[in-house]
Amino acid sequence: MSGRVLVGVKRVIDYAVKIRVKPDNSGVVTDGVKHSMNPFCEIAVEEAVKMKEKKLIKEVVAVSCGPQQAQETIRTALAMGADRGIHVEVSGKDFDLLGPLQVSKIMAALAKKEDAQLIILGKQAIDGDCNQTGQMTAALLDWPQGTFASEVSLEGDKVKVVREIDGGLETIRINTPAVLTADLRLNTPRYATLPNIMKAKKKKIEKVKPADLGLDMTSRLEVLRVDEPPQRLAGVKVETVADLVAKLRETGRL
Amino acid sequence: MAAVGPLGRIARLGSSICRNQRLICNRSSQRRGIASCVDPAHGLSEEQKEFQEVAFNFAANEMAPHMAEWDQKEIFPIETMRKAAQLGFGGIYVHPDVGGTGLSRLDTSVIFEALSTGCVSTTAYISIHNMCAWMIDTFGNTEQREKFCPDLCSMEKFASYCLTEPGSGSDAASLLTTAQLKGDHYILNGSKAFISGGGDTDVYIVMCRTGAKGAKGISCVVVEKGTPGLNFGKKEKKIGWNSQPTRAVIFEDCAVPVANRLGAEGQGFTMAMKGLNGGRINIASCSLGAAHACVQLARDHLLVRKQFGETLSNNQYLQFKLAEMATKLVASRLLVRGAATALQENRPDAICNQALQMHGGYGYLKDYAVQQFVRDIRVHQILEGTNEVMRMIISRNLLTES
Repeated sequence: MSGRVLVGVKRVIDYAVKIRVKPDNSGVVTDGVKHSMNPFCEIAVEEAVKMKEKKLIKEVVAVSCGPQQAQETIRTALAMGADRGIHVEVSGKDFDLLGPLQVSKIMAALAKKEDAQLIILGKQAIDGDCNQTGQMTAALLDWPQGTFASEVSLEGDKVKVVREIDGGLETIRINTPAVLTADLRLNTPRYATLPNIMKAKKKKIEKVKPADLGLDMTSRLEVLRVDEPPQRLAGVKVETVADLVAKLRETGRL
Repeated sequence: MAAVGPLGRIARLGSSICRNQRLICNRSSQRRGIASCVDPAHGLSEEQKEFQEVAFNFAANEMAPHMAEWDQKEIFPIETMRKAAQLGFGGIYVHPDVGGTGLSRLDTSVIFEALSTGCVSTTAYISIHNMCAWMIDTFGNTEQREKFCPDLCSMEKFASYCLTEPGSGSDAASLLTTAQLKGDHYILNGSKAFISGGGDTDVYIVMCRTGAKGAKGISCVVVEKGTPGLNFGKKEKKIGWNSQPTRAVIFEDCAVPVANRLGAEGQGFTMAMKGLNGGRINIASCSLGAAHACVQLARDHLLVRKQFGETLSNNQYLQFKLAEMATKLVASRLLVRGAATALQENRPDAICNQALQMHGGYGYLKDYAVQQFVRDIRVHQILEGTNEVMRMIISRNLLTES
């Protein structure tokens, strides 16, 4: 086994920023807004780096798809311990329509090119909330998937994954190569240390275009309109259970 | 099974919306510096922005939640500071060959500014610690550097800077603590006042008199805790900087090996002043961080507090006041960052006082973070060179230029 792990990292609007919709309702305001690495991607990087520190794998490669700024996010992954990065350059219209299908095609192509043993992704991005990329990537590669992972252990050429599901926790054992997606409780991402940030500057980031990988980035989706969620209306207080039942019937909920 | 489905989905959605969780619960997210016109990342290199990001995150997650408790209970947060040291904050501008991070003064200023948004008092102590580590790194010989610096950079050991005495503050060159040479030891007698960390720290950088009166008779020695004759006064009660203990440091026939003297006899005063030149910039950087946090807090308060039927943010006078505060903050920041190479003074504390005024009666209550910022940085106008001494130095420079 190559001992190489690919980790996908996405540059998203920082979680603490108040999101504003563009006046023309075509999307959200991103210019001049603080961006950082998707929190679930941070957890994915942390898991990969931990595996390397335990000497279970040999190399962690951070991958990000987007315009020039995607390199900032790769640098953060390098500062956390990834060995090198791959920046897949996608900009302009292609970037506006970049979605899980396109990214999974990219990840699948890179996985074959780099002979990856594992792909670790965040379970979803906090902007799209799609929760599709990991699953699609596994399907395109015909690899097993361990999604919503809250615990991962490598056992030879298999991986044991504890998944968070509706009914509780499910433990599965899958063969490698495999795709894993990280859930919130998988680990607590480390801070980059100052020396590591400086070392990261010397680590390589390779630039690639989707066309170089023979991929078509056309989207089958079109965003028609983006709106703010409706304002939360005030609730109504009731005195007794009978009142509650009457109110529920009144509003057609019962 | 149908009942489990939607509930389970909601629970899973809840776990994935970490954004909402963090947005709702803590005020630390408010200090993440999102307002774009006062963005502290302006003008920085990519690498400096990354340093700043780490420092901001550390401040928001590890310091801000405890800032009030550390102040009230006067806790010296050793574990948190050691965590900071693991990230490289223990010897930021100390050479890497003895465990430091080897960054520039500007990098250091950016880092302390960001850390201060978490807790000014603790960051100020970290900056003093850094100054001491730098002094040994810069003026010490190989043995001294290798003996002391690694432990200081990792914060395995903590340091204090001892210059001020009950009788000599601004007139530091008139210090009276004597160091008499006896064989291969100096015997120290005297006392130092207002020493940050005093009593809890392990390594003391002490300026003492080995020669005649005046600056040229002063040398610098490193005294280790546990040395017989090294004693401490009571812990002082201060209005701010409460997360660092302040005590008098007393020497009674305290024998210090000559091998612990940094540089040659008579060089101590110059070393002390050089240390303070950098230290002053660090302290000013801490004030900047506090000012930034206060601008954020004032802004948030104005957006929430309603009087006379509307939020305070609709009041033009307050809008202008906030704009003035933001302008001074940016101007001060440029000054401090420029001063990282030019060594001058600044006054971003004025911004904090105004933030307090804007909070009205609420600002006075200890529940609100603003008051702690004001108290903590009030001392920045006094130590490491009072504002008045700074004016002396600047005017002397201007008038002797010919």
